[in-house]
Amino acid sequence: MSEQLHDVRLHVNGSVHEVQVPARRLLSDALRHDCGLTGTHVGCEHGVCGACTVLVDGSPVRSCLMFAVSAVDAEITTVEGLTEADDTPEGRLSPVQQAFSDCHGLQCGFCTPGFLTTITAGLKENPDPTEDEAREMIAGNLCRCTGYQNIVKSVLRAAEIEQERS
Amino acid sequence: MKPAPFAFRRPATLEEALAALAEEPGAKVLAGGQSLVPLLSMRLAAPSMLVDINALPGLGHVRCSSDGGAAGVRIGALARHAHVLASTEAAEVQPLLAMALSHVAHPTIRNRGTTVGSIVHADAAAEMPMVLRLLEGSVDVASVRGRRTVPAGELFAGPLESTLAHDEIAVEAFFPALPEGAGVAFQEIARRHGDYALVGVAALVETDGGEVVRARVGFVSVSDVPVVVDVTDSLDDPAGKALAELDPAADIHATAAYRAHLVKVLTPRVLADAVHHARERNT
Ligand SMILES: Cc1cc2nc3c(=O)[nH]c(=O)nc-3n(C[C@H](O)[C@H](O)[C@H](O)COP(=O)(O)OP(=O)(O)OC[C@H]3O[C@@H](n4cnc5c(N)ncnc54)[C@H](O)[C@@H]3O)c2cc1C
Ligand code: FES
Ligand code: FES
Repeated sequence: MSEQLHDVRLHVNGSVHEVQVPARRLLSDALRHDCGLTGTHVGCEHGVCGACTVLVDGSPVRSCLMFAVSAVDAEITTVEGLTEADDTPEGRLSPVQQAFSDCHGLQCGFCTPGFLTTITAGLKENPDPTEDEAREMIAGNLCRCTGYQNIVKSVLRAAEIEQERS
Repeated sequence: MKPAPFAFRRPATLEEALAALAEEPGAKVLAGGQSLVPLLSMRLAAPSMLVDINALPGLGHVRCSSDGGAAGVRIGALARHAHVLASTEAAEVQPLLAMALSHVAHPTIRNRGTTVGSIVHADAAAEMPMVLRLLEGSVDVASVRGRRTVPAGELFAGPLESTLAHDEIAVEAFFPALPEGAGVAFQEIARRHGDYALVGVAALVETDGGEVVRARVGFVSVSDVPVVVDVTDSLDDPAGKALAELDPAADIHATAAYRAHLVKVLTPRVLADAVHHARERNT
């Protein structure tokens, strides 16, 4: 028996993607395979590592714990959607992306998309975090490379860049 | 791993959702998915159908009332942990809610996971089933047969098993308000803040003229169901009384002896905090 496919309209980074997926397609897989947005990474697939974190209506959510068929009413932002438009074709790095680059907030980069989305939403809620609050902001995401110190620095630097740019 | 295939419904009314569940014996409710989706992906569960309740109207509420016998917080099935935690009114009417919710997973999980879903999931390692039981709250449940209210004391059947029938939807949880003269406290030991507790302890004490007249303590991650022990008569050795009724279990996170040790350390501490809280509220 072939599996039933569902027509799903996903709103991702301001564009509409019409995809045909089985009900069991995880949102993380739909973004990567069906929308071709491979910036969202998949680590554990049970909610623990945070690599797959995307913004759903502005709030960070594990895309490996949502089905694409459940995401129909949602506005989704992936790491690809964080870059800000300017007059160049590639746009300019968002404050959080720029801070990771400045502070060596990544090594292999596997965990980075999840950190970038989580911190982007975290700084909206708390634009001027203390170091402790920066640590708390990233406590749900795992990184096997950096030892976190430079990620904490990146959070604080991103808050500064946000200020400088506004 | 990926989930096994299942049929999918995303009904727009509660009636449709209840009918779908009643028709399909292998169907399961999908709420926030923060416990169910990992179980599906690890293939520990393989329901024939998921009934996604996220499009149902009128279930996202956190409603507080401070008068009379109905005083307390009513939490709809689609209220996310984050939403309940953000309610300052709820934290005033029943402070134990916020005390415990800040330990439920990490913020990203709380953005999606529902408080009612956590209760129905009946995990003895989860904070909210124990809190509901300690506060003697209840859950309102709907099915094609009608509605009923299940008191917390009758809700938990075994590990990860509630007494709800497969075709019932929990529509609302009720947490009673903290009465005058009462105090609550919560503490847990976890490897990182936000991880499941190695042991979590909550206390509810009632005082009269500064004297403790009733004291109960609830435990997370100690036994395989949420347990509450009345320690009113053993305030000199509450942990001893509790351990006589508990059977701490060993797993990869902690040995049984370590759990018993944490019960011994945390129980008196949390009780003292709750007494302090009661006295503070009275002044
Ligand atoms: C990394 C991680 C860490 C976590 N840490 C903690 C923690 O420290 N403490 C903690 O308490 N929890 C923790 N959780 C679990 C989290 O709190 C879940 O949100 C919660 O257990 C389930 O709520 P849900 O809405 O996601 O339910 P779902 O996953 O959608 O459902 C869980 C179960 O309940 C049933 N169900 C759900 N809602 C209803 C309803 N209204 N009526 C009938 N049946 C229903 C479903 O059929 C399913 O069997 C963690 C989860 C993850 C992924
Ligand atoms: S892949 Fe989603 S949390 Fe690890
Ligand atoms: S940079 Fe390699 S896992 Fe974080």
